[in-house]
Amino acid sequence: MKKQKLLHPTMDHGRNNPFDALSEELIFIILDFLENQPSSLKSFALVCRSFHSLESRHRRNLRPLRSDHHNLTRLLTRYPNLSNLDLTLCPRVTDPTLNSLAGACGHALRRLDLSRSRFFTAAGLTSVVVNCPNLAELDLSNATELRDAAAAAVARAKNLEKLWLARCKLVTDMGIGCIAVGCRKLKLISLKWCVGVGDLGVELLAIKCKDLQSLDLSYLPITDKCLQSIFKLQHLEDLVLEGCYGIDDDSLADDVFKQGCRTLKKLDIKGCQNISHVGLAKLTSISGCMEQLILADGSPVTVALADGLSKLSMLQSIVLDGCLVTCAGLRAIGNLCISLRELSLSKCMGVTDEALSFLVSKHRDLRKLDITCCRKITDVSIASIANSCTNLTSLRMESCTLVSQEAFILIGQKCHSLQELDLTDNEIDDEGLKSISRCSRLSVLKVGICLNITDRGLAYVGMCCSNLKELDLYRSTGITDLGISAIAHGCPRLETINAAYCTSISDSALISLSKCPNLKTLEIRGCVLVTSLGLTVIAMSCRQLRRVDIKKCYNIDDSGMIQLAHFSQNLRQINLSYSSVTDVGLLSLASISSLQSFVLLHQQGLAPGGLAAALLTCGGLTKVKLHSSTRFMLPEQLIKHIEARGCVFEWRDKVFQAELDPKCWKLQVEDIMPHDFH
Amino acid sequence: MDPKGSLCSNNWARSACLTSPGNGLQTNMSSDPSPFCGVRVEAPFKDFNQPSTNQSLLMAEPNKDIKISDIENCPLTDSSSQTGKLQDWDPNVMLNNLSFLEEKIHQLQGLVHLIDNKKCQPFAQPDALVTQEQQLITADLTSIIVQLISTAGSLLPSVRHTLANTSPLVSQLSQLRGLNLPFGSGPSGGIQPQNNNVNKVFDQSTQNDVPNNCELEQNNMEEHETKDEEDVEEGENLPPGSYEILQLEKEEILAPHTHFCTICGKGFKRDANLRMHMRGHGDEYKTPAALAKPHKETGSEPKLIKRYSCPYAGCKRNKDHKKFQPLKTILCVKNHYKRTHCDKSYTCSRCHTKKFSVMADLKTHEKHCGKDKWLCSCGTTFSRKDKLFGHIALFQGHTPAIPLEETKVPAVPTDLDSKDNTCDKVGNMNFCFGSNPPNENEVQNIMDVKGNIDDPINYFSSLNFEGCNFGGFNEFSQSPFEDSDASFSFLMSGSFNYAPKPGGESTSDNL
Repeated sequence: MKKQKLLHPTMDHGRNNPFDALSEELIFIILDFLENQPSSLKSFALVCRSFHSLESRHRRNLRPLRSDHHNLTRLLTRYPNLSNLDLTLCPRVTDPTLNSLAGACGHALRRLDLSRSRFFTAAGLTSVVVNCPNLAELDLSNATELRDAAAAAVARAKNLEKLWLARCKLVTDMGIGCIAVGCRKLKLISLKWCVGVGDLGVELLAIKCKDLQSLDLSYLPITDKCLQSIFKLQHLEDLVLEGCYGIDDDSLADDVFKQGCRTLKKLDIKGCQNISHVGLAKLTSISGCMEQLILADGSPVTVALADGLSKLSMLQSIVLDGCLVTCAGLRAIGNLCISLRELSLSKCMGVTDEALSFLVSKHRDLRKLDITCCRKITDVSIASIANSCTNLTSLRMESCTLVSQEAFILIGQKCHSLQELDLTDNEIDDEGLKSISRCSRLSVLKVGICLNITDRGLAYVGMCCSNLKELDLYRSTGITDLGISAIAHGCPRLETINAAYCTSISDSALISLSKCPNLKTLEIRGCVLVTSLGLTVIAMSCRQLRRVDIKKCYNIDDSGMIQLAHFSQNLRQINLSYSSVTDVGLLSLASISSLQSFVLLHQQGLAPGGLAAALLTCGGLTKVKLHSSTRFMLPEQLIKHIEARGCVFEWRDKVFQAELDPKCWKLQVEDIMPHDFH
Repeated sequence: MDPKGSLCSNNWARSACLTSPGNGLQTNMSSDPSPFCGVRVEAPFKDFNQPSTNQSLLMAEPNKDIKISDIENCPLTDSSSQTGKLQDWDPNVMLNNLSFLEEKIHQLQGLVHLIDNKKCQPFAQPDALVTQEQQLITADLTSIIVQLISTAGSLLPSVRHTLANTSPLVSQLSQLRGLNLPFGSGPSGGIQPQNNNVNKVFDQSTQNDVPNNCELEQNNMEEHETKDEEDVEEGENLPPGSYEILQLEKEEILAPHTHFCTICGKGFKRDANLRMHMRGHGDEYKTPAALAKPHKETGSEPKLIKRYSCPYAGCKRNKDHKKFQPLKTILCVKNHYKRTHCDKSYTCSRCHTKKFSVMADLKTHEKHCGKDKWLCSCGTTFSRKDKLFGHIALFQGHTPAIPLEETKVPAVPTDLDSKDNTCDKVGNMNFCFGSNPPNENEVQNIMDVKGNIDDPINYFSSLNFEGCNFGGFNEFSQSPFEDSDASFSFLMSGSFNYAPKPGGESTSDNL
């Protein structure tokens, strides 16, 4: 049998292995269930050689951590059936890497993500495209060095269906023209920020790729010239024209829309201030099945604009972020004979209680509502929302400062389906939290800068919201170890916690958090009481830890780093500014192979040699933020070398900042924030 | 000094035999530099020009030797310089002319009187008759004016060109004579025979180059290398018969040069270039008058419009064609004939695909070739991107072609490129000059490279110069070289500032 051959010859008991009874197919089905649990798959593969080989042959998706050539080649030979290769964690993918990748993957490869690397050229792409004829999805975003030659190489991928070229600034119409001619099966293409592409390229794309469903043309210097071709596409569903300032009302001639792409479901004209309600009415008139409209940062929301939407019977979602909103306009939206599922009024000026109340009373089926920074609204609005939209799953109301404490109680009472609640910078208190804790499905709770909440309120959340995955307590200074402990006990699925500047918390909070095995992000900025001990406990227990921010944790030193380096092999980002970590800690951190980014500002006791050694050791670095004074301590050649490996340096010239009193800080912030009401 | 002097007089003696009595008259004025002018005209042809045309190109230097020696040998030059301007003034001729004019004016006076009297009569004449009379008077008046000017012009060398244009016959010659004989005698009617004579000499000397030195061709070779003239004329709808049809022979059309130096025999495409060239032959050619563009015909006599026919049988531009469409100018004929009935021998040095038969076309193409060329995978190029994209949108399988060097940093700016090209061409040119006469096309190629390059190349290449050993003249090789260097320096653009190329060596080898 094939499997026996794979078994180690010296394993005499192999014959008695109970797993032999399992056929390969069965094991593959089992492995299918483990697809989303990389650690489980790893464990499985480590059981025996047989399992190892089985897992190798089963694996379809791979996201390698390191891109150094040999490592990657070894990985690719181990997994012969890879169809989805995600190289987003590899900052330096070069042409040789792509060559070996192409040779190893061959026909199996269907999806390749190169969106974080910019070191490959047309030659490497050619090799991939030629050797992997089944490639259907290719992400080349951020490849800012790619030129038309590379686009011409991509054009040889005849079966390509999805292509992302965001920020490929040097690609021009010629390159896009090649792609348009070569990749006829294209269904999705993103040309966001491809500022070299104009009307001609887009037009050709629309003419040649008839199957296009999704087209992202954000920030392209296009005009109405290419629209005519675009609107002839028979399958277009998603059109993004964000920041296309060249398109305006005048250019949207009626005959452009005669053909009509009736399939359009999502239209994004964010920031197109030259398109008023007139143009919008024309744009939307073509499709009867429009579902989502993104009109953010656009023209004012008036009655006329709302009237233009009246024909869109399928409309479910409107995003009006940053628009000037009139009461009449909002009321008109309320009067639309449709039932909105999502509405975003974030940072809209002019949203009043009266209009918002009317609107939500008409759209009772709202699932997501965003009223961030609608500073005029009060309890009245919240009461209407709570009473009308009981199915709400997401409510974001950051900085609705006029809303009183009682309103939050009402939310908790009425909206039991809430999964996401953003109450940052609000007046909510413990009673409010107690009420909100009834939302048992709550998974994201943001109560940063809520100075009225204490451990007691948080305890309610901890008791009831066992699904909580993300908790933001930024500068909610009433929280102490007890509150964190309650959360840690009650919410085992917690993945992200931000306790920055909750200055009262100490090591014991971290010790209790260590009970959350899924913890991935830990932000304890300015928690001066936390020491290396607490961090060590977290490192030992939370093996999934990806991001750690211990800025201004003056009491964390090298010992914490050594433990972190030892246990948290998945760590990607760390902010060490102002902490007591020295070369020793930094060097030990550098041994974490997956580390991609660190921030080091105002580090006492950090010798240039140590920093240089750490930079050299850490091969996977993509981003390092350092104080500009350290630049002159490091040899220029070293910096160049590190940069050539794919790391970006950010040099900051920030003066040392002493911590302010929390109350005082909030006042200061409010002074800075723009007030839209007087 | 003495041997040279004798040589000069020898030359002169020989040339004098050939020249007309008119010229012979001038010979007597020994103190005047004009006799030496005669030497300049005749000597090169007589002495050196017999073997082959291209050798005559090398004569420029020896000619100058003569000139220099002349000046050195003639202490009288300075003293006579004041009278230089009036050198052609002949009191006898002048007197004749004046009396002729007087007679003419009297005749006209009588005519006008007659008309005036008629007008006073009660019965007016038919209009047609009146206009006829008026035309007659106008014609006579014009003729008088022209005569007057020509007479006065004999005092000023610069004006001479104008007057010669009065009659068609003279005008043909004037182009030749005016340029070839800048110091020829006065051009008034009486001296016409002399001009003819010189023309004959000229024809003899240049027969290799221009077999049938057609008068018409000479007349119209005011060359402006504009390529559109042929097209411009397209819309013209002259009724048949309203113009005179002229047809040149193929050889005339394809002749590389139309203007020839009377001193050294060197050929030029443009009279302006010839005038520039002439400056190397002496100070007298450097006067503003000598350098000025000869005036066009003053339109004295109403003439039939001239139109041209292509000698190629069956061509639409051929006069025997049913729907004959005449060509407007000689240049049109040249360009038309080359474009339509000749091989396209000029290949673009950038793309190596496009071919042209007219150098100007190639130049125009090269200006744009490679620059902003929008190329399709099928090889078609477009000057505009939207045209390319329209083409691609229309045809299946066609795709924009990305230039190969696109990924690399362009190492050499295009300007440098073109400079190299020109240098190459120049190298070739030298080579061709030295070798036996290549076929006609190639000669054209050489000549066309750069209009004004013809001149400097001969003067600038010391190898060419030294390659010619002309006995006693050789001693003076250096001074004229410097002289010409100075006078032609402005003709040389930056790209032509090169040391003599290996091609120059081959030139001397071949000699």
